Amino acid sequence: MLNLVAINAAYIVAAGLFIFGLKMLGHPESARRGNFLSAVGMLIAIVVTLLSEGILTWYWIAVCAVIGSVIGASAARLVAMTSMPEMVAVFNGFGGAASLLVAWAALFDSYGLFVAITVTLSVIIGGVTFAGSVIAWGKLSEVMTSRAIVFNGQRIVNTLLLLALLACAVMFCLEPSAQSPYLYGVIGLALILGIFVVIPIGGADMPVVISLLNSYSGLAACAAGFAINNIILIVAGSLVGAAGIILTNIMCKAMNRSLGNVLFSGFGAVKTAMKVEGEVKPISAGDAYLILEAANSVTFVPGYGMAVAQAQHVVCELGELLEAHGAEVSYAIHPVAGRMPGHMNVLLAEANVSYDQLVEMDDINPRLPSIDVAVVIGANDVVNPSARDDEGSPIYGMPIINVDDAKTVFVLKRSMASGFAGVDNPLFMGPNTRMLFGDAKASISEIISEFKP
Amino acid sequence: MDLTFVYLALILVLAIYLGFELISKVPATLHTPLMSGANAISGITIVGALLASGGSETTTLATWLGAAAVVLATINVVGGYLVTDRMLGMFRSRTEKTDE
Repeated sequence: MLNLVAINAAYIVAAGLFIFGLKMLGHPESARRGNFLSAVGMLIAIVVTLLSEGILTWYWIAVCAVIGSVIGASAARLVAMTSMPEMVAVFNGFGGAASLLVAWAALFDSYGLFVAITVTLSVIIGGVTFAGSVIAWGKLSEVMTSRAIVFNGQRIVNTLLLLALLACAVMFCLEPSAQSPYLYGVIGLALILGIFVVIPIGGADMPVVISLLNSYSGLAACAAGFAINNIILIVAGSLVGAAGIILTNIMCKAMNRSLGNVLFSGFGAVKTAMKVEGEVKPISAGDAYLILEAANSVTFVPGYGMAVAQAQHVVCELGELLEAHGAEVSYAIHPVAGRMPGHMNVLLAEANVSYDQLVEMDDINPRLPSIDVAVVIGANDVVNPSARDDEGSPIYGMPIINVDDAKTVFVLKRSMASGFAGVDNPLFMGPNTRMLFGDAKASISEIISEFKP
Repeated sequence: MDLTFVYLALILVLAIYLGFELISKVPATLHTPLMSGANAISGITIVGALLASGGSETTTLATWLGAAAVVLATINVVGGYLVTDRMLGMFRSRTEKTDE
């Protein structure tokens, strides 16, 4: 049996490994080792906890840990990279739910008002995280509609829910007990609130929601740490909480919207934008091949449509062919392209694109005027010049990748439907734009076949 | 309430500050693995779950709550670290690619 000092010393080592691990995650070369260090930290924390005086029986732990490991390991092995966003959503939710249960279980020991308050916090954050993540999973995996679900009086309903939740929380803290009906009230209302907070958020805003839920799962662990007076939960939980908040902030900035705007306003309601008029110039795969073959520099701009069409592998193949023809190839990625932060980067990495070819928005924009061909694959709002030029546009002010600066722009698109925001895209009528209609994967495969005589 | 709370609050503030400092330097390319790696760390709540499920000789409601938490947190930890590793294994530089 380890004593308290030894355990806390080990927890400090674990916390240090988490911190170094996160730091090393900041560079592609060291990231994998960083993740490994962080896992070692977790192992240390788990082992010393198992050796502590607090553990009297191992039976349930062994059974449950085996079940959890088998489920976790098989999910991690089997998940397709295109499904990463919903996977992360589910894991966030499980973390939140675990923290909720841990805090609830803490009520069976003796405790004072402070613990009661932290238990309440943990239950609220954990419950909102769990229910919100389940809804986010449903939207991302398209089990339910990925559109924003809005109804009249939504704000009033949400406000009433929140007030009822706070009332239950106060009543519980005044007379805390594990069997208090108010505790059940807090749990139930937190779950309902989690559902209501996420349903009005549409598919393209999911990067913000996932980042925020990630942050909440950390904060829930942190609150549970206060409830059971455990340092490692507080440190690790708040590290994750801070990480999630930073990502949320980056995502919001990349859409030029405040967090409040993302969470509380159904998007696309304002329709005062200029009507876009002009002529769409289609191009055949054969002609696209001739232009690409002559190009010295090509930039691919992927969006969620690339993931839907599963086109990342053919895109990479085309990129390699172009390089073999002497062109300089890069992949320009908008921060909110896809359904979670960095989604496109992972898909392209899976398709064997090297990470030094993945270019961020701020680095590609100054280079675009000298680029021969920009190929837009399944992206729409993130390349819409209205965001830059049209003050009446709902997405006005959002930073975009200025593909219209490139000498020629190919837009791969199924048909002429507007993007998620329901905004017309003047890019499609641009003088240097050529539309390549059809399934992105099929279109690119056709161009590739032209390269191979 | 005693000084413990003050210590815990101090740790909280320092850890949040450190989290901000560490994460704001991560490039956009690595945001997904960063998120799933951080998510695995939030599975630290497994420590609390272990204490809750193994904390008494008799099986009580607390044991059940703890046991359920162990399952969920283990999925989060094991799945989170493995999937992050799987993703990071795909990120290769141009030189690594040509070495193959």
